[in-house]
Amino acid sequence: MKLSGAKAIVEALKREKVEVIFGIPGGSTIPFYDALYESDIRHVLARHEQCAAHMADGYARVKGVPGVCTATSGPGATNLVTGIAVAYMDSSPIIAITGQVPRSMIGKDAFQEADIVGITTPITKYAFQVTSASQIPDAIRTAFLLASTNRKGPVLVDVPKDVQLEEVDLDYPEKMMIKGYVVRSGDPHPYSIKKALGLIMSSERPLIIAGGGVIASNASEELIKFAELIMAPVATTLMGKGSIPENHLLSLGMVGMHGRGEANKAVEETDLIIAVGMRFGDRTTGKLDEFARNSKIIHIDIDPAEIGKNIRVDVPIVADAKKALSVLNSKLIEVGSKRTESEWIKRINSLKELFASNYAEKGDGLKPSRLMKILRDCIPAKSIITTGVGQNQMWAALHFKALEPRTFITSGGLGAMGFGLPAAIGAKVASPDRPVFNIDGDGSFLMTEQDLATAVSEGLPVVSIILKNRVLGMVRQWQCLFCNRRYAHTDLGNVPDFVKLTEAYGAEGVKIESYESFESAVKKSLKAEMPVVMEVPISPDEKVLPMVPPGKGLKEVIWYG
Amino acid sequence: MHIIAALVEDRPGVMFKVTSLIRRRGFNIDTITVGSTEKEGVSRITMTVRGDESVVEQLVKQLSKIPDIMKISELKPSDSVYRELAMIKVSAPDPAKRSDILNYITIFRGRVIDASKDSLTIEMVGSPKKINAFLDLMKGFGIVELARTGIVALSRGSKSTSE
Ligand SMILES: Cc1ncc(C[n+]2csc(CCOP(=O)(O)OP(=O)(O)O)c2C)c(N)n1
Ligand SMILES: [Mg+2]
Repeated sequence: MKLSGAKAIVEALKREKVEVIFGIPGGSTIPFYDALYESDIRHVLARHEQCAAHMADGYARVKGVPGVCTATSGPGATNLVTGIAVAYMDSSPIIAITGQVPRSMIGKDAFQEADIVGITTPITKYAFQVTSASQIPDAIRTAFLLASTNRKGPVLVDVPKDVQLEEVDLDYPEKMMIKGYVVRSGDPHPYSIKKALGLIMSSERPLIIAGGGVIASNASEELIKFAELIMAPVATTLMGKGSIPENHLLSLGMVGMHGRGEANKAVEETDLIIAVGMRFGDRTTGKLDEFARNSKIIHIDIDPAEIGKNIRVDVPIVADAKKALSVLNSKLIEVGSKRTESEWIKRINSLKELFASNYAEKGDGLKPSRLMKILRDCIPAKSIITTGVGQNQMWAALHFKALEPRTFITSGGLGAMGFGLPAAIGAKVASPDRPVFNIDGDGSFLMTEQDLATAVSEGLPVVSIILKNRVLGMVRQWQCLFCNRRYAHTDLGNVPDFVKLTEAYGAEGVKIESYESFESAVKKSLKAEMPVVMEVPISPDEKVLPMVPPGKGLKEVIWYG
Repeated sequence: MHIIAALVEDRPGVMFKVTSLIRRRGFNIDTITVGSTEKEGVSRITMTVRGDESVVEQLVKQLSKIPDIMKISELKPSDSVYRELAMIKVSAPDPAKRSDILNYITIFRGRVIDASKDSLTIEMVGSPKKINAFLDLMKGFGIVELARTGIVALSRGSKSTSE
């Protein structure tokens, strides 16, 4: 088949069943866009390439298939960087296709030349340049295979403009270009399963910590079954939220720096941690030397390099979470797992009761925790939440109960402000029938606010709930607790008026003054046909509590600000 | 000292990917070399690292995630042969000292590969230990210039690293 390189890319994307691309065109991608023009792949025109990448990421996390974004060479490509880094830290499969200056000009500091392969190598699973049009089918196949297998992650494909224009005869079927990459079966090794079962059967106080890997491998069902079989409570990392419905009896909520009291206490008291698809990040463990000192650890992860990276484990299981859990489950059923009610579960329940009053809303003004509860009660279980970064994100994580996997989408590893709105747009494109709510901060929202234009142009009714505390709240909280209230440059002021701003985009803005007006605005937004932005006033002194100070053990929790 | 050998696909940018990862994850490598192998399209990277077992294990695991790396393993010094080449230019204007140097070269089984009125350039092949010992001796005479290749290594016996 004779095609231009640009058409070959589009053909390859169709073969990968790509339905939508998020991007912004430019000089080096004009041929690619010309080929897109006559294809039936949907293109969502972002207003900033960072957002195009976050949109692809949000799309990928909701749909469980790679999201695709594109940018032109130079500034377009460098604008993608934050979005790619977010996807890398959270192991989200996105494909970034960038234009590049023509081959003859590479290395000459040509107009809009940037070494994007070099720049993104440390933040991608793989980044490479296509050096002839004949490679394109294999290159795109390779990109999708890399992004979506083993531990998932972003892949960048850089295509010089003259490669897009080159006419070539193409060879199909396409082949994986990289021989050294092995797609692992993900099956657990029987020996490690046996050892794990031994530990599980002899444990009196087992605790499961579920991470983003459970969601990435669609292992929720197996996880819940596993927890029920061994009667172990389940705490999650930030990325693991939604892996077990948070109203499930065995759910403990989030663990870590801003973990729920009962979850962190359970880590202290357990005698066996079964960590599934999580990487013992510092925000989860607190001071490592003090983490789970009295417990053994079983670590299930698809990435062998995660085993032993941060913490010593007793039984490593290098496997896909779904496969490992289902093997464990069937073995447990075979041996007739003994557990029903136990002392441990009673203890867990009493911990939940003990801490319940600590979360009670005190003082004047709208309380984030209460708002999160109202939101949960008003929207369907399948609704998707995205977040900004900062207090807003932690309030959502602590108090919004995620009930299904792939419904809590947040920048966990990188913590990139500005993620919420574009991720919500990507989520809505992935799942137009489900309500999408972006719980955001006033600082975070402004970092990518321009993409309200995208939501309006595309007719995507995403709802942003801006918790307007008029400060860079999370930084201010640290200043309050650890810098003697020296609030260096964290005051945003009452700017902008988000309602007016939203209206300028042709979307709907709502000022919230009370819990009642919040509730009715949320209910009304479920039927919205245009984006909605709610401005919710929060006191600048409101804190995210509990909190484990950085570098401290999970025990050293602060409950009062 | 730990020796790590990697077989990689010979593609532009592979060395960059390897060094980028080493830098990013904060590993310290002493030497790194790359060259062709018996198979077309496959290169061999040999590096030496200092650090405890867990550091080396983590480095190998992280490197093995680079898709271009086809095979990577640690070569235990006891189960492998390894060599380094050094070229040493030594100042030798004084005939008496010159003959001392030539004696040392014979003892260490090196070779003189260039000479001038004032200097000798020596080729020395061996383990890093041997080369270091030789360099210590040469310091007294004045080393004008030194170039070392870093280690290359093969496992002992008939097996190949790629198996
Ligand atoms: C892109 C980026 N810049 C800076 C930071 C550091 N940072 C973390 S939280 C935070 C404050 C966020 O403010 P806002 O979005 O208003 O959220 P709040 O904490 O007030 O809810 C800042 C500046 C960051 N995480 N990301
Ligand atoms: Mg704020």
